[in-house]
Amino acid sequence: MRGKKVGPAHVAATLALALLGLFVAGHAQALEWNLQPAGSRLAEEIHDLHEYVMVLVTVIFVGVFGFMFYACYAHRKAKGHKAEQFHENTTVELIWTIIPAIILIGIAWPVTKTVIAQKDTSAPDLTIKVTGIQWKWGYDYVKGEGEGIGFVSMLSTPREQIEGRAPKGEHYLLEVDNELVVPVGKKVRILTTAADVVHSWWVPAFGAKQDAIPGFIRDLWFKAEKTGTFRSQCVELCGKEHGFMPIVVRVVSQEDYSKWVGEKKKEMLAAADDPSKTYSLDELKARGEKVYTANCVACHQPNGKGTPPAFPALDGSKVATGAKQGHIDTVLNGKPNTAMAAFGKIMNDTDIAAVITYERNSWSNKAGLVQPAEVQARRK
Amino acid sequence: MSSVVDTHDHSHDHDHADGHEHGHDHHGKYGGLMRWITTTNHKDIGTLYLWFSFIMFLTGGTMAMVIRAELFSPGLQIVNPDFFNQMTTMHGLIMVFGAIMPAFVGFANWQIPMMIGAPDMAFARLNNWSFWLLPFAAMLLMLSFFTPGGAPGVGWTLYAPLTVQMGVGMDLTIFAVHILGMSSILGSINIITTILNMRAPGMTLMRMPMFVWTWLITAYLLVAAMPVLAGAVTMTLTDRHFGTTFFNAAGGGDPVLYQHIFWFFGHPEVYIIALPAFGVISQVIPAFSRKPLFGYASMVYATSAIAILSFIVWAHHMYTVGMPVTGQLFFMYATTLIAVPTGVKVFNWVATMWKGSLSFETPMLFAIGFLFLFTLGGFTGLVLSLVPVDIQLHDTYYVVAHFHYVMVAGALFAAFAGIYFWLPKWTGKMYDEKLGKIHFWLTMIFFNMIFFVQHFLGLAGMPRRIPDYPLIFETWNKISSIGAFGFGLSQLLLLYIVLKCIRSGEKAPQLPWEGADSLEWTHLPTPAPYHTFETPPVIK
Repeated sequence: MRGKKVGPAHVAATLALALLGLFVAGHAQALEWNLQPAGSRLAEEIHDLHEYVMVLVTVIFVGVFGFMFYACYAHRKAKGHKAEQFHENTTVELIWTIIPAIILIGIAWPVTKTVIAQKDTSAPDLTIKVTGIQWKWGYDYVKGEGEGIGFVSMLSTPREQIEGRAPKGEHYLLEVDNELVVPVGKKVRILTTAADVVHSWWVPAFGAKQDAIPGFIRDLWFKAEKTGTFRSQCVELCGKEHGFMPIVVRVVSQEDYSKWVGEKKKEMLAAADDPSKTYSLDELKARGEKVYTANCVACHQPNGKGTPPAFPALDGSKVATGAKQGHIDTVLNGKPNTAMAAFGKIMNDTDIAAVITYERNSWSNKAGLVQPAEVQARRK
Repeated sequence: MSSVVDTHDHSHDHDHADGHEHGHDHHGKYGGLMRWITTTNHKDIGTLYLWFSFIMFLTGGTMAMVIRAELFSPGLQIVNPDFFNQMTTMHGLIMVFGAIMPAFVGFANWQIPMMIGAPDMAFARLNNWSFWLLPFAAMLLMLSFFTPGGAPGVGWTLYAPLTVQMGVGMDLTIFAVHILGMSSILGSINIITTILNMRAPGMTLMRMPMFVWTWLITAYLLVAAMPVLAGAVTMTLTDRHFGTTFFNAAGGGDPVLYQHIFWFFGHPEVYIIALPAFGVISQVIPAFSRKPLFGYASMVYATSAIAILSFIVWAHHMYTVGMPVTGQLFFMYATTLIAVPTGVKVFNWVATMWKGSLSFETPMLFAIGFLFLFTLGGFTGLVLSLVPVDIQLHDTYYVVAHFHYVMVAGALFAAFAGIYFWLPKWTGKMYDEKLGKIHFWLTMIFFNMIFFVQHFLGLAGMPRRIPDYPLIFETWNKISSIGAFGFGLSQLLLLYIVLKCIRSGEKAPQLPWEGADSLEWTHLPTPAPYHTFETPPVIK
């Protein structure tokens, strides 16, 4: 800080600033440096609170360090400043204890109102249950318009983009096969739970975040103020693919919502499978491959070799080549204390029969086909 | 630190101080490696702690480099997500339990006896055992990488029930945490006993140097908090292997129970790391301001208040688990309260500098860096204490930025300040001041380059603990990664400075810092002989 000592600081600072400048300049992309634009009143209140507190702490910060840097400048030995030996002053010490306490009350008061509002999940127009599953989200419309609709939503970004074999799309890692659709201006209550480990459901634009805890139901609410698509990700570490389970909410007008509900219901009816129907090996394999690619490939790999020991191989495995019952039970009920989920809860008998058939007849496996009825029989 | 061996030849030259060396200034009956294994000398053990901590610091730092290298660009390039999770977990555990905590125990060992006029720690053999537990714990942690399934990838918080899905590596980690906890508890009991029973005549509690005070309070925190962590990981162990269901709803347990227990340990842990750092800063700032600490008594009270409050704020780490609104409000109010005693400390340090006679040698630079950046971390802590804002920012990079401002710019900067401050006393030699300053500026600049931008990432919505990220986060991540590589490399300079000081540093004057006034400076020769204060000094 003294004249002759500036050397090292100067060199280091120049170096770092040059690097920083280079990078900011090199990336023309808009820099995100604040909270995402609010899509609900609550999110707006959070923005305001954040700004209010930031202004307050910035003022205090500048004030306190104004003193410190002034002392560094004016009271330095190099300038010949003699130290005064004063210490302890009850008045000063009381002031700097009491004033911060008063400021804190000034902060706590407006925040309290928001906390209470945020917790008020009463009288919703629509209730949706969200289930965190390694590594996808299950959505079930439990009350309100669309009651009975249920689907699983998972990452739709292709593996090739993640592994750098294809250029990354605009919504890289923030796109799903089935978006959650809700009407604008309606109070939506979300019930969260999980099938395996703790996940956390978050939509920043709504200021809505709630952990999804296995075995428990928690809730939150939001009321979207504008239509549009809002994107986010799971925010609680939930294992290997934690970074790959996005949340996408599409907010639509009431009319569009009603239309969507009608279509979705029709679609679900059409897709409903009769578990007593029998299929050929090729039919089951073709359908099973799709199910496998969507649900199994992250752990068991496209070549069925897995990544042992945490994620075992299916190619040549005892389960996938042995007795059918064992294989069906594993897929239906999962394996406790591992990442192997109980798919019986989220898939119908036909999908399970298809994926089991695919696994038993792919790679080097040749172990015969499984019909949906056999899966149905093993359900407890 | 071989220089310590050399010192005994000189010790008789320095009998001007209190003149009670008796010519048995030896290092026990062993030489070489056995000396270090069998030593019961507080200075040797302090040295062991500090070197151990530095090795762990480099190990944990290497893991941080892997993390930042993977996050340099979107997509998966260098490691797979599983290994990435193992890196974040081990980086956290190693830095917290292997690097920062042992570093301050090293300072405690070296300094507390010298600062209170005691000949050594109260339980010398226990002291040896407390240290030698650590390498075994570290080995277990590292060994977990070589077990089937690798090290646990669950985050350093080891949240249930993800821990149940892990392989044998998880069990090794649990045992490592047990051993680390045991080491901390034994060390703390030793420190408490030493401070309460072995002060020189006249060294009343309210005359102890601030560093000793902060460690006394920290040691109580450790004794209270570490068993809680041991309980949490033991329950995890029995859930994994013995059919219990503490954290499993299917058997009547609750995953959130784990979080409550963990953070009941975890929040005091923050202050276990921060309070000794406050202590070091409270020695350094007055010394280089050539002026006594402004409000000694209020600093003692503020430290105690922080320690007590630290036990009633744990659930502010858990605002998103779905607590009742009254719970959220209670923990929010209690948390914001901590700002009051912390503010008292910051104001006191600034008031100490005010109208002093300031000089800016490396220890003071790190102390000012600490003060500036730790306060910044404190303010983001205040932002995070507010429930609605925290719900928005919880588990994002904002939190990562916040706690690195507290842990790195707080604890680590203070440890650096302490190293440069006491190195002349320990080795009898001066470090290279110019290199020290370069080390400070590199550390300061690269630190902010890594972590300041992470606030923006968090605000914009980047979750923590992800190996890959959406494209909008790329620029800040690149800057952060470059900062990280610079920061990592800069720490090798510290190693060079310390080695250079030990080997070929200039001889240190008796009092290298004119404003330093605690017993180790005023009553002992430089370098401090192997045995000190065999007859206690009398403090007037």
